[in-house]
Amino acid sequence: MALDRWIALALFFVCVLYGYSAYFLMDDLLPPIMRRSPIWPSSFPKVLAVGGVLMSLSVLFNLERSSEQPQSDINLSRLWEYNVGQAVLLLGLMVVYAILLRPFGFLGSTFLFLVGGSLILGERRFGLMALVSAIAAGTVWYLVDAVLGIFLSPFPFFLMGS
Amino acid sequence: MLEGLLTGLATAFTFTNILMVIGGCLIGTFIGMLPGLGPMSIIAIMIPIAITIGDPSAALILLAGVYYGAVFGGSTSSILINAPGVASTVATSFDGYPMARAGKAGKALTIAAIASFSGGTIGAILLMIFAPALASVALLFHSSEYFALMVVGLSAIAAFAGTGQVSKALLMTFLGLIMATVGEGVLFNSARFTMGVMELQSGFGFVTLAMAMFALPEAIYLVLDPTRSKTGDDNSGEIKDLRISRDEARKIAPVIGRQSLQGFFIGVLPGAGATIASFLGYAVERNIAPKHEQDEFGKGAIKGIAAPESANNAACTGSFVPLLTLGIPGSGTTAILLGALIALNVSPGPRLMIDEPQIFWAVIVSMYLGNLVLLILNLPLIPYIAKVLAVPRNFLIPFILFFTLMGAYIGQNNAAELLILIGFGIGATLLRFANYPLAPLLIGFILGPLLENNFARAMQLYDGVGFIWERPMTLGLLIFAALLIVLPSVRNRKAKT
Repeated sequence: MALDRWIALALFFVCVLYGYSAYFLMDDLLPPIMRRSPIWPSSFPKVLAVGGVLMSLSVLFNLERSSEQPQSDINLSRLWEYNVGQAVLLLGLMVVYAILLRPFGFLGSTFLFLVGGSLILGERRFGLMALVSAIAAGTVWYLVDAVLGIFLSPFPFFLMGS
Repeated sequence: MLEGLLTGLATAFTFTNILMVIGGCLIGTFIGMLPGLGPMSIIAIMIPIAITIGDPSAALILLAGVYYGAVFGGSTSSILINAPGVASTVATSFDGYPMARAGKAGKALTIAAIASFSGGTIGAILLMIFAPALASVALLFHSSEYFALMVVGLSAIAAFAGTGQVSKALLMTFLGLIMATVGEGVLFNSARFTMGVMELQSGFGFVTLAMAMFALPEAIYLVLDPTRSKTGDDNSGEIKDLRISRDEARKIAPVIGRQSLQGFFIGVLPGAGATIASFLGYAVERNIAPKHEQDEFGKGAIKGIAAPESANNAACTGSFVPLLTLGIPGSGTTAILLGALIALNVSPGPRLMIDEPQIFWAVIVSMYLGNLVLLILNLPLIPYIAKVLAVPRNFLIPFILFFTLMGAYIGQNNAAELLILIGFGIGATLLRFANYPLAPLLIGFILGPLLENNFARAMQLYDGVGFIWERPMTLGLLIFAALLIVLPSVRNRKAKT
């Protein structure tokens, strides 16, 4: 089964769960006075659930009966020919950045993210990487914190005091 | 109209707003030139900054400048290295790149700039004429018509998704609408579908979703396939002579006139947008050209650059008509702009012209200014701006990822938002792998609360779904929406049998 139909199947289950919640769970919590209104919090979700289920089934069973599907930019049958490893490592690096941003401070974590990103992509000019990353981290912090007025803790928590 | 125009001029010609136009155009050109980064990604990245500015006029002027700059930047990379930054400039590369290879990159860029300027200017004049007229008609609409109109908009976007893609586009629209129901809505004062997760109480962040749908998948694609971020032959060094002859100007003038008009009206249609306008413009001009000129198309014909460029810029302007007058975005880009406006406490729609004329008219005036800036400032700077194409991808991609993360973080100041962004970004990349169009999802997400509000109001007024048959215009619009979905499928089946 092609990826688009697997996704349609997954979305079908999402819509069924969403619809189950809208049809059978939400209305129990409704105050009696609201029950006299023609519109309930669950009304619109009920319509959406039905639409979502129908459309996911339409994609799943190819009810449009279209033989011409646009070609994806990435050929999934030859996925190993692309830089999948680099992409996964960069996504991992983003997760690490998200977790470390607060405790490690903006400057340190951004510097490490930019250096790490370049490193993953194959850059080996360490001096240049460090220089570019340091300048970028400092400049962005100054622009966001001082110019735009959005507080970004620059240093790790143990250096920031109370 | 004259009074409004003067208000717009007074607002747009403040020092801050002129800076916004110039800055927006430069940033847009700079980033739009990078292959793979389209206006949607750039505008999504710029939104937190625009929101921080606070003044809706200045913010919208900045974002409109970024939009035009990005489209212009996309044309530049199409011409110089045959790597269109955006889909709407693909047609420009058909003749732009052959001209650049023949050593006429400067001439090709000048024609693109003049055509873009003319298309944008003619589009802005038409916008000035049609937007107030449409807004005054829209003032007669009730909530039921608004509901039906939004359904038409969403259906049109799905219908334009292409053969075999309508179901997928509709599924994405429903997914966007479903996601919009998560969290506390203004209508019911109770949290829905949060599953007890505190972070979902206020729903999904619009900026996070916009980044996840466009900027992050684009960056992942750049990593996966290095040829997407190719910098090609360094043709930027060949930009010497930017002049065009009088004969050439005479040749492209009627093309620009025709395609500006056609592009504008295509841009007004929800879902059609600049990409269709540019391809259609190119095809029309090739078909109506004299036989000897037809053969030149694809080999460096100046009409082949003028047609898509004027059409796509006019279409960009045209797409503002439904946004500003009805509050309905016709494309992914205008959906992001709508999200930004809502975040700035501005409600686009027919009352925008009456309640906040300075915003409405300042945006229109800034369109003139933006196009002027692109022509007189960006064009001479192109040889220097084009140096951005020489930035190695090893440095470029981490920066794109970093700005994507920062966009979501600045908007919410919450590290959990970054994890949501990454999760959605992976999901969006998988959807792109499977050829699901992502713009309908974002448009559905942004229109979701408006659609539900109008649906609820109509239900309350008519004590049920009676509004559908009691209001003929609502019924007519809903039938039209159904036809938009059903007809392509029926035609497709008939063609097969």
